[in-house]
Amino acid sequence: MVTLIAATLLTLLAVITVTIIFQRSLLGVVILSGMYSFLMATLLVVLDAVDVAMTEASVGAGISTVVLLATLHLTRTREYAQPRTALLPVFVSGVVGAAIIYGTLGLPPFGIADSPIHRHVAPRYLERSEIETHVPNVVTAILADYRGYDTLGEVTVIFTGAMGVLVLLKRRRRNGSDKQDARS
Amino acid sequence: MKLDVILRIGVKLVLPFVLLFGLYVHFHGDYGPGGGFQAGVIAAAVVILYGLIFGIEAAKRLAPPALLERMVPLGVLVYIATGLPAMFLGNRFLDYGVYAEAGSGNRTLGILMVETGVLITVFASMTVIFYALTERGR
Amino acid sequence: MVLLGELLSHYNYIVTIFLMVAGLYVVVARGNMIKKLVGLSLFQTSVYLLYLTPAKIVGGTAPILDPDYTVYSNPLPHVLILTAIVVGVATLALGLALVVRIREAYGTIEEDEIFSGNGNK
Repeated sequence: MVTLIAATLLTLLAVITVTIIFQRSLLGVVILSGMYSFLMATLLVVLDAVDVAMTEASVGAGISTVVLLATLHLTRTREYAQPRTALLPVFVSGVVGAAIIYGTLGLPPFGIADSPIHRHVAPRYLERSEIETHVPNVVTAILADYRGYDTLGEVTVIFTGAMGVLVLLKRRRRNGSDKQDARS
Repeated sequence: MKLDVILRIGVKLVLPFVLLFGLYVHFHGDYGPGGGFQAGVIAAAVVILYGLIFGIEAAKRLAPPALLERMVPLGVLVYIATGLPAMFLGNRFLDYGVYAEAGSGNRTLGILMVETGVLITVFASMTVIFYALTERGR
Repeated sequence: MVLLGELLSHYNYIVTIFLMVAGLYVVVARGNMIKKLVGLSLFQTSVYLLYLTPAKIVGGTAPILDPDYTVYSNPLPHVLILTAIVVGVATLALGLALVVRIREAYGTIEEDEIFSGNGNK
């Protein structure tokens, strides 16, 4: 049953992706990407990744859509029709896709409990996190305690991204005139 | 009567509960899905929604850009500051076991403080990005 | 015939790779910069699915410890993808800030016009 629901949601995601490829109105593309994020969050709940689903719904369907719409307001355009046929990208994408699909056929089938991924670190985290950290949510325990260094790096990356956006886009007002020095 | 009166009244009713939900997600990150990232984005969504409905100037009175620009690195500092005392007390960096009574292994205080640092940085970053993109077009 | 059976049991992975390849095609073949960035975010979300699909155990539950359940999904990919999602939106915001500055400098965001020098400036 879970496999069927996941397969249906994935098919809907593929349909939305095909529509995004052929949609030339950028406002439509942004709204479709918001729908894509919501479907992805639903699919993640079906896959039992509840922390990730909450993050994807708030970040992907919230912040991402707002930021894209703000940029559309500033650039205000529509995508141009492609003048040449895109045979080479289709061929390259097809070859890459076929190669990766051939690689993923070696993965274990969906949902099996004794694949190698479940045998090394994960049982140790699941058994010992209650004793070692007194925190029932294993994802939070790993994120903030077992792998605290990675989260420190992630917070630094978010900080760097915000600083980069400020450096690029902040207008500095100097002596009463509002112009930013665009050639500096 | 302006046509957006439903939006204005509805948003004013809903926004405090959204902020409360964001704080709930943060503090209950130990017992359910959640944590600093989701709570930071929900809190940023409060300010962004307020700015969308009532105008950017009203949002900037609610959350001043100067304060937010100082909150962005403050979260990183809070994160590092919860790790350093562990080093001075004889353990490794970011080893939270020393913050509770010895031997109990209760690390929830360290985890909560670290997630608060993440909350501050993520909230300030998302709001600052929104402010920067919207004030460019003026 | 056995290949068909293998393809059906790996249907999730095949659709995930299709999403990845569609995102790659949008990045390579379309000239509009905002659409390229949307294609890049499609690519990134398909990579998240590729990580999270093997972590699921059918019959298990979310990795929040509870006395009633014994089988939990693997929590490690969840942690990695949580980091990746938030970093992805930070880079998307940075890319869009660059698009805004490109528009101000060249007057257009279509890469054909920028490379051929037909923009407004």
